[in-house]
Amino acid sequence: MYYRFLSRRRLGGCSANILASSEGETPSRQPARRRRYKKPLMDWQAFWLTIRLAVMVAAILEVLGLPLAYWIAYSRWRWKFLAEAVVALPIVLPPTVLGFYVLVALGSRSPLGRWWQAMTGHTLAFTFEGLVIGSILYSLPFAVQPFAASFAAVDRRLLAASATLGAAKLRTFFRVIVPLSAPGLVTGVALSFAHTMGEFGVVLMVGGNIPGVTRTVSIDIYDQTQALNFAAANQTALVLLAISLAVLAMVYGLNRRVWMLWPWK
Amino acid sequence: MALEIKNEAGENVATAAASAAGDALDIQIRKRFARGGFELNVACRVPYGISILFGASGAGKTTLLDCIAGLTAPDSGRIAIGPRIMFEPGRGVAVQERRIGYVFQDLALFPHLTVEQNVDYGLARVDASERRRRRDAMLESFRVGHLRSRKPDEISGGERQRVALARALVTEPCLLLLDEPLAALDAMTKSKIVADLRSWNRDHRIPILYVTHSREEVFALGERVLVLEAGRIIAEGTPHEVMTAPWQETVAQLAGFENIFDATVSAAHPDRGTMTCRLSGSVELETPLVRAEVGSALRVGIRAGDILLATIRPEGLSARNVLPGRMLSLAQRDVMIVARVDCGVEMEVHLTLAARDALHLQPGREVWLVVKTYSCHLMSC
Repeated sequence: MYYRFLSRRRLGGCSANILASSEGETPSRQPARRRRYKKPLMDWQAFWLTIRLAVMVAAILEVLGLPLAYWIAYSRWRWKFLAEAVVALPIVLPPTVLGFYVLVALGSRSPLGRWWQAMTGHTLAFTFEGLVIGSILYSLPFAVQPFAASFAAVDRRLLAASATLGAAKLRTFFRVIVPLSAPGLVTGVALSFAHTMGEFGVVLMVGGNIPGVTRTVSIDIYDQTQALNFAAANQTALVLLAISLAVLAMVYGLNRRVWMLWPWK
Repeated sequence: MALEIKNEAGENVATAAASAAGDALDIQIRKRFARGGFELNVACRVPYGISILFGASGAGKTTLLDCIAGLTAPDSGRIAIGPRIMFEPGRGVAVQERRIGYVFQDLALFPHLTVEQNVDYGLARVDASERRRRRDAMLESFRVGHLRSRKPDEISGGERQRVALARALVTEPCLLLLDEPLAALDAMTKSKIVADLRSWNRDHRIPILYVTHSREEVFALGERVLVLEAGRIIAEGTPHEVMTAPWQETVAQLAGFENIFDATVSAAHPDRGTMTCRLSGSVELETPLVRAEVGSALRVGIRAGDILLATIRPEGLSARNVLPGRMLSLAQRDVMIVARVDCGVEMEVHLTLAARDALHLQPGREVWLVVKTYSCHLMSC
C-alpha cells in the first residue's frame, strides 16, 4: 500500500489521471475535476462509526481504568512497576506491533478468539468488537495514567480521616478520591476519546477497512489521499483536527476552572 | 432550653449503647521500624479525661496514635478500650470499625465538602433526621453553626479546628486522638476550644489523648501527662508530678532547664535532707536528697531564671549555694538579658534589663551566683 502511494506521488498529476481513469473516472480533464468537486466530501458513515468507537472505548476505559489506576496508585506490591510498564507500553509501541498481537490474540487460533466464535458464530478480527478491544488496549495508558496520577495526588491523610470516620474503602473512593481527582478523570476520559478518534495503525491491523464496520475517519483520510481526493481528505482531516482541538481545549479549560474552584490543589 | 436537655439526654443514651462511658484505653504494643532502628514500645493506660502525650519530634507520638487508630499495625501487643479489643496479634479491628475519633495535625478536612457535609461524613449509617439533629447540635456546641455552607478554605484556622473536632466527635467515638491540633492557634482561641472540648466530655467521659511538643500546653491542658521518648513512655502522672521531679532528659527539656551538668554524688546528708554533688571541675552544689549512692553519676538541671546574681558576696541568705565567678558575656534576647558566667562551670543566667543597668554588669566582672538547694533538679544519666 505504501509503495502504491509513493509511486502515485512520483507519477505526478497527469499519470495520476490515467491511473484514476482505470478506476472508473473519465479520462478528459475538465469533467473529471468537476466531478471530483461534486463528490460527497465527507464520509459521514466513517465519521459516526469513529464517534461510536471513541465513545465506547472512553466509557469502557473509564470503568476498567478506575480500579486499575486505583491499584497502581495505592498498591505496595513490589513488582508493581512491571505492571505500570506494561500499561504504558502502547505509548511507545508501534501501533502495527500492538495491532499484530491483538490480531493474533483475537484470531480463531487463540482461546479468546475460539471462545468468541463459539459464542457469536464469527471471529473477532475485522469486526467492530475487535476494533473496540484493540482500541481499549491502545488507549489504556491515556486513561489510566491521568487517573493514577490524580489518585496519587490526593492527600493520604484525607483517606485516613475518611476511614476513622467509619467509611469503608469503596465509600472513601467515591466520596473523597473521585471528587478530588475530577480533573484527572476528565483528562483521562477526554484523552482516551481523542486518542481513539485519531488512531490508525491498530485499526488498520485489527479492523481492516470495511465501510460501516471498521472504516474509521483516519483510514478514510488515508484512502481519500491515496485516491488523490485531496479536498475530501482535507475536509475530513479538518473535522478531526477541530474535534481533537475542541476536546483538548475542553480538558485544559475544565481543569483550569476546577483549580480555580479549589485553589489549594 | 427544654429542647437542649432532651438533646443531651438523647446523646447520652446513644453513647451508652455504643460503649460504656468512662472506659479506659489500654495499650501494650511494640512496633519496630527497619529504617533508623526505631522501636515503639509502649505500655500505658489512659483513663477518661484529657491526657497529654508529650514528646520531642521523632519520639514516636504520631506513630503511636496511628497504631491506636488502626492506620498502622503494631508488630505485637494489645490495644483495648474497656472490654472492646481493638488489636491483638493476628487480628485487628478495621480502622472504620474502631469508632476512634482522630483529629490530625493538618486537620484533614475534606476540601471539596462544606462544613456541614464534613460533619455529616461520619454519620452515613445514621438516618437523615437523626443525622440532622446530631450534626446541628454538634455545630452549635462548637460554635460553627453559622459556617455550615462554607468550604474549609473559606474559614479561619480556629474555625477549621472547631470543625475538625466537631466532625470527629459527632460520631460519638469511644476515644479521641488529637495530634497537635491546636498548635497553630493563639492562646486565647486555644483555651476557648479546650473549654468547649472539656464541656463536651463532661457528658461523654471518653479518654482523650492530646499530643503536643509544647511545654505551655502540657501545663495549660492536661489532667495527666505521659512523656514519650525514643518510642517509650518514660514518665507519667499529673503535669506537676512529672515536671517537678524530672529524671529524664526529655522531661528536663520539657521543664525548661537551660543549665544541665554531669555530676557525681560526693556526700549524702540524710539528717538535713540534702546531699552534695560535685560538678565537673571543683564546683560543689548542695542539692535535695534523692536515693542515690555516694559516687554515682547524676545530672543536675538548673533553670536560668532560678539563679540570683550579685556583685558583692551576699551574706545572711537561706540559699546554700553561693558560687564566685566571672561574667563571660551578656546578650539581649527580647526584653531579657542572657548572661553567661564562668564559675568553674559555665552557667546561663537570665536577668532583666533593669538589673543589668543597676548592677553595671559587663563581661569580665567578678560576680556571685546564688542557687537554692531546691532549684537544683536531679536527673538520672
